[in-house]
Amino acid sequence: MSGTLAEKVWDAHVVRRSEGEPDLLYIDLHLLHEVTSPQAFDGLRLAGRKVRRPDLTLATEDHNVPTTPGPITDLVSRTQVETLRRNCEEFGVRLFPMGDAEQGIVHVVGPQRGLTQPGMTIVCGDSHTSTHGAFGALAFGIGTSEVEHVLATQTLPLKPFKTMAINVEGELRPGVTAKDVVLAVIAKIGTGGGQGYVLEYRGSAIRSLSMEARMTVCNMSIEAGARAGMIAPDETTFDYLKDREHAPTGAAWDAAVEDWKQLRTDDDAVFDAVVDLDADALTPFVTWGTNPGQGAPLSEAVPDPERMGDENEKAAARRALEYMGLEPGTRLRDIRVDTVFVGSCTNGRIEDLRAAASVVKGQKVADGVRMLVVPGSARVRLQAEEEGLDQVFTEAGAEWRLPGCSMCLGMNPDQLAPGERSASTSNRNFEGRQGKGGRTHLVSPLVAAATALRGTLSSPADLVDAGVGAGADATEGSK
Amino acid sequence: MDQFTTHTGIGVPLRRSNVDTDQIIPAVYLKRVTRTGFEDGLFAAWRKDETFILNNPSYAAGSVLVAGPDFGTGSSREHAVWALMNYGFRVVISSRFADIFRGNSGKQGLLTAQVAQDDVELIWKYLENEPGAPVTVDLVSRTVTAGDIVAPFEVDDYTRWRLLEGLDDISLTLRHEQDVTDFESRRPSYKPTTLGA
Repeated sequence: MSGTLAEKVWDAHVVRRSEGEPDLLYIDLHLLHEVTSPQAFDGLRLAGRKVRRPDLTLATEDHNVPTTPGPITDLVSRTQVETLRRNCEEFGVRLFPMGDAEQGIVHVVGPQRGLTQPGMTIVCGDSHTSTHGAFGALAFGIGTSEVEHVLATQTLPLKPFKTMAINVEGELRPGVTAKDVVLAVIAKIGTGGGQGYVLEYRGSAIRSLSMEARMTVCNMSIEAGARAGMIAPDETTFDYLKDREHAPTGAAWDAAVEDWKQLRTDDDAVFDAVVDLDADALTPFVTWGTNPGQGAPLSEAVPDPERMGDENEKAAARRALEYMGLEPGTRLRDIRVDTVFVGSCTNGRIEDLRAAASVVKGQKVADGVRMLVVPGSARVRLQAEEEGLDQVFTEAGAEWRLPGCSMCLGMNPDQLAPGERSASTSNRNFEGRQGKGGRTHLVSPLVAAATALRGTLSSPADLVDAGVGAGADATEGSK
Repeated sequence: MDQFTTHTGIGVPLRRSNVDTDQIIPAVYLKRVTRTGFEDGLFAAWRKDETFILNNPSYAAGSVLVAGPDFGTGSSREHAVWALMNYGFRVVISSRFADIFRGNSGKQGLLTAQVAQDDVELIWKYLENEPGAPVTVDLVSRTVTAGDIVAPFEVDDYTRWRLLEGLDDISLTLRHEQDVTDFESRRPSYKPTTLGA
């Protein structure tokens, strides 16, 4: 029987199927971090249960960790991290703690070690687990009760998702990145458009993306309401995986690749919904509001809520503009920012840092703008330093930090002050997300870097127009 | 988990769409390692505004939240459910819920009743005209009653059964432990483990 990629991975993991009940799905990899796991471990202890498969479980410290040297000064944060350490020791779970060479944001760590592989089911108590779908894995975020369930049973009872094809055909123009693609997708289908679906990103523009860029796309599937996003594995995927620590070797590699090549949607398979996007028409995209669906091309202006058709949309836009301190009709390019954040599980990998560095190289961050560069993992940080990117950033006046989730959600000291405005490569522009009263514009690493130089929302092309810096070079290799 | 059959409590009209879990409970409140005490963080930013609905004494003791579409979007934090329940909410009514939030609610016994937006509008108007009025949510008949309004709601059959029975998911799964063991014996040997390397 023909099927979609998502259905094939799902079906290969059904432990038990019974009429009127959810499927019981086997979980190949369970990732943990300090915020959503303590209550789950507590539940195990209360019930006298063990972790069924510590060998399929991995923990890292990321949400609370400071990005400046030294211990965690916030006592409550420190307790949470120490609780994770105690739990991992008690239950035999491998942990990459702060300061470890393998520590980093959970969704950066899994792929870079080769733990994330095609056809797997991967869960984590974090909604951006969708990131791992870039490898053709079915990967989705879960709540703490489900974390406990997976720890105890290595399974989850779940109702099958519907499937939605997101076809992005054509070729992305220079300076247009994976982030722009996914922001455009979310603006098109809305923050609830993907609810109940797994999104499968397809088409020539997706095929041409690197693995890291594919991770950026899949990462933000949740912002369209979809629990998971997937991309069928191909040679790009296999090349990325080969020789990574946890990738199979020898005959096992050959057997694995043979299986992975079957992981594609059959030509006659039917999706429950289909969305088409023209890659050639895409330009750098930014958000103007307080949910990731409230976005527009950078070349446009802040929209007028009164011209929106839907009453709920209108009310939400009015409220968003009030919170964001913006007037309808203001050109997005004229919006001045205080802070630029480059990092997060969306855009904190080496290619993202390279893209941002290519723009700021030899330039200075604009007066009054603070630029924070936070690598997604210790390994990304080391790699960047080997390439001299840290120098590029610090010479431009940016701050080069230690790895973690950082200002994406401001659980550590990296926060916006009330009223401050950021251009951020992260994934959520919710009210207060980056600090109470903080105002967030979601952007790509290229736009973030150009914005840091000009002080207003900008793309590298604007730098060329303004006669500033390396803009022309920076648009190369930006995918 | 406690059984849930029917609940009657003060209805709180929250005229907002896209209420994300960062609004329900901001990240700074997520540092506790317990499941209790999160009521302080519930809608923390909005509660600083004295015109916010929960600051109106008529609604402050509410237990049925009636919200706009796309409730619970964003972060997977189950703390959002704990915060609502710690505060005293037993039911959230909306025309559309985010998947993870709905799943988390079902595990904790917070009922997410999906009601058509037209009915939500009627309930909003009723509750605004009658501050402090009760709303009854009957899981057996799947209806919401507010004054003269009787609106059907959707909830999936399995969650409804579990809530009515007060059943715990892990115990249910452990009844099928042999199936899990059998499945494990069939997994491809090239699948990675987190050990070594």
